[in-house]
Amino acid sequence: MEVTSLRFRENARRALRDPQLARALRMVREGFQQRRAQAVANLPEFEELRRIGAGIRDHVLERLDLYLEAFERRAREAGAQIHYALDGAEARRIVLDLLRSRGVSLVTKSKSMVAEEIELAEAIEAEGIRRVETDLGEYIIQLAHEPPSHLIGPAVHMTVERIARLFAEAHGTEPTTDAQELVAQARRVLRQKYLDAEAGITGANFLVAETGSVITVTNEGNAELTQGLPPLHIVVTSIEKLVPTMEDAFTLLRLLARSGTGQEFATYTTVLTGPRREGDLDGPEEMHIVLVDNGRSRMLGSPVRPMLRCIRCSACMNHCPVYLAVGGHAYGWTYVGPMGSVLTPALAGIEQTWPLPEASTFCGRCEEVCPVRIPLPGLMRVWREEAFRRGLPPATQRAGIRLWAFLAKRPRLYRLAFGLAVRTLGLLGRRRGRFSRLPLASGWTSVRDLPAPQGRTFLEQLGRGR
Amino acid sequence: MSARERLFERLWRALGRGGSGGPEELRREVEQRIADPRPHLVPARAKVAGEERIALFVRMAKAVGTEIERVGHIGEVGEAVMRFLRFHNLPRQVRLAPDPLLDLAGFEGHALLEVRRGTASADDPTGVTVAEAGVAETGTLVLASSPERPTMLAYLPENCVVVLPIARLDGSYEESWQRIRERFGRPPRSVNLVTGPSRTADIGLQLTMGAHGPRRLLVVLVDRTDSA
Amino acid sequence: MTRARVGLFATCLVDLWRPVVGFSAIELLERAGYAVEVPAAQTCCGQPAYNVGDREDAADLARRTIALFEPYDHVVAPSGSCAGMLKIHYPQLLAGDSAWAERARAFAGKVHELVSFLVRVAGVERIEETCRARVTYHDSCSGLRELGIRDEPRRLLAGIEGLELVEMREPHLCCGFGGTFCVKYPEISERMVDEKAEDIEGTGADMVLAGDLGCLLNIAGRLARRNSRVQVRHVAEVLAGRLDVPPIGRGEGEG
Repeated sequence: MEVTSLRFRENARRALRDPQLARALRMVREGFQQRRAQAVANLPEFEELRRIGAGIRDHVLERLDLYLEAFERRAREAGAQIHYALDGAEARRIVLDLLRSRGVSLVTKSKSMVAEEIELAEAIEAEGIRRVETDLGEYIIQLAHEPPSHLIGPAVHMTVERIARLFAEAHGTEPTTDAQELVAQARRVLRQKYLDAEAGITGANFLVAETGSVITVTNEGNAELTQGLPPLHIVVTSIEKLVPTMEDAFTLLRLLARSGTGQEFATYTTVLTGPRREGDLDGPEEMHIVLVDNGRSRMLGSPVRPMLRCIRCSACMNHCPVYLAVGGHAYGWTYVGPMGSVLTPALAGIEQTWPLPEASTFCGRCEEVCPVRIPLPGLMRVWREEAFRRGLPPATQRAGIRLWAFLAKRPRLYRLAFGLAVRTLGLLGRRRGRFSRLPLASGWTSVRDLPAPQGRTFLEQLGRGR
Repeated sequence: MSARERLFERLWRALGRGGSGGPEELRREVEQRIADPRPHLVPARAKVAGEERIALFVRMAKAVGTEIERVGHIGEVGEAVMRFLRFHNLPRQVRLAPDPLLDLAGFEGHALLEVRRGTASADDPTGVTVAEAGVAETGTLVLASSPERPTMLAYLPENCVVVLPIARLDGSYEESWQRIRERFGRPPRSVNLVTGPSRTADIGLQLTMGAHGPRRLLVVLVDRTDSA
Repeated sequence: MTRARVGLFATCLVDLWRPVVGFSAIELLERAGYAVEVPAAQTCCGQPAYNVGDREDAADLARRTIALFEPYDHVVAPSGSCAGMLKIHYPQLLAGDSAWAERARAFAGKVHELVSFLVRVAGVERIEETCRARVTYHDSCSGLRELGIRDEPRRLLAGIEGLELVEMREPHLCCGFGGTFCVKYPEISERMVDEKAEDIEGTGADMVLAGDLGCLLNIAGRLARRNSRVQVRHVAEVLAGRLDVPPIGRGEGEG
């Protein structure tokens, strides 16, 4: 997927003019926020669990090499095959080699953000292998040829009417806006795909070092059908998903669904340890786990390391006023919302993405709801500093702030310059109290009036009057 | 150099480990933590026993759309399943896990009920399996795969019945996992924690049941499983 | 007993745009029994530089603000955002500066936002003032989420004679100001401030108050553009009874 984050402002403008998107985002906001609040209220220990959850993630990250070794050993003992990929190209090659060597012509795939990130779907199709997304949201955006717009609801930007048209076209049915009927259609179509597929690809929510297990979490049950029916199961995931033990996993699972959908627990949480065993009546014959780095090891040694705590719950975007105004596509890459504004620069490079960390008022809602207490605004600031150091934002903006700082360090000059400015504005604005238009202030006055200053500055008045 | 070697070099550099692997003491700490897993904070809600625990399980399970039947003896499960099939007007056809416990479940002798054993096929309307454990905290079933309990019974059919002996009902996930550790050592291939029937909100954020897995989930709680 | 000395950090916006907030702060602090001083060499806390990623300039301004205010027993600012900068961010900003890290931490311990200072430190329970109006209160993001200020302004407002406090549906929601954000992304900011404006208007209030001039200029500017009748003031103006000055964005011609 081409990175279009540099066009964030234009993307956002377009999104703001889309009334259908506004309607969809209003539902995201009302639905997710209220449900999370209710789920949190139902669990008095939630805040304490957040603290513990953050601690677990930090513990792992500080020992990631060791937990990775431990996981690898136990997963192998259970019969899984482990592959390492330093970047997306390596990961794609590993998966394609597996599919090709087993003569796979149809692959089912459940949702994996890492697979999105490394553009696995495109690579599979370029190879002439048919791919069917089994997460319903992913299936919808596959039909629409669009990228996901939300971590856990990839098609949240789409209205029922739009989905109805897509389904009618793809399934040759009469258009219907009945959600139950649309789900039933997808169920029928996908059922056959599960049975016909020669390989299933899933992601992973957690990797457990204690047992060498892969944990997947869904509400639909599609991950289980994706990995449980074909003879070949490929897990595509990234190295930071490790947890030491199942107890650690359960603590994080208690946070995950409550933070995202507001459920007490997701419908299906599955712990997979190796392929089919002796005597088993179902399950894949082969299980391959592709562990992708693609920038994580670099993040580990950088100030944005805390971003690697992320468990992909979506709470940050569900509560972000900027995301809820512009939607996911404006962010211009796989990861969206506040977590995307930190993660995307780390994975795709700050040169390509510097407007993302700027697209925040630092209101702090994201950090407040993050289940592993990632200091998201603080990490966006790290990227702003990096962008400023490299001179990425427009020169006028940089020059403006430098000039202002120059004056702010020289009180006499500062008072002279700004004292005169506000006195003038104060006089000009005295009768009306505000300006609808003002030279050099169009960024402000394009959407709001500028209240006039009172006139003489506070310190000036104090100096004279007191 | 292999991708693995290069990856570990990157990790060591990022973690300031020097050349290789990190200090012995850290390695021991990691092995120790893995070897001796301890629960973190378990919510007070989960710390209930007896009838209170059963009531919590039932309340949480019903809240996510699970149907519950409670029978006194394993032999009454078949009749409970018949009631479920009749109530929803489902085909009188069930696929049972080849679990010996279901040999005692009273599925024989129901006129018009077709009983097959094994894993699910695409045209089985209803699958019946046995839970390894249950978690009252969130009304969650813990299914563990084995030759006697194929996983697909809980995913492929449109209706799923899970038999849960009350003796296997725990308060928290941690207790159930400890049960699995003690019984199996290495966990079974697939341990499925199931909390309600399949659902999706991917269409207009409307909650819709039966996305891929079962539309209906019935849990039959069984007080006694002795063959008497 | 000598009175404790408060260094008033007026903030650049109050200094330049709305001096009445500074005078209100002095009034409230003196009534609470403090000796208030306003160091003349103060300018800005450096937050604009800090937030655009200009760490160097931000650190320079942090050092000069600390040096200027560290002699006082307390440092008080009529802004959650600027107080948050001094209290939370200065120690982070100077953590790597061995000569200043400890000073920044010690300094942070003395810093307070005005209204929370009155309630938590000065122990003010009630203020004898009158304001006959239906009022709603907007929680500024930094005040609420960095400094935990929520009940303090409401408690003091509840004691004002004639004042009826009505809550918005989402008083905690960001107004879309965000410093330079509001001019870099005006369209997004507009959407956010419009929601705020609708929430305010939906309460039926005559007046909206907040503790941060940045939010207030943004909200007042948008309400004016929408031809709203709702008046906008800093909470300190009401608490100090300074209703003689026209509301933010209103001229002498309008009252």
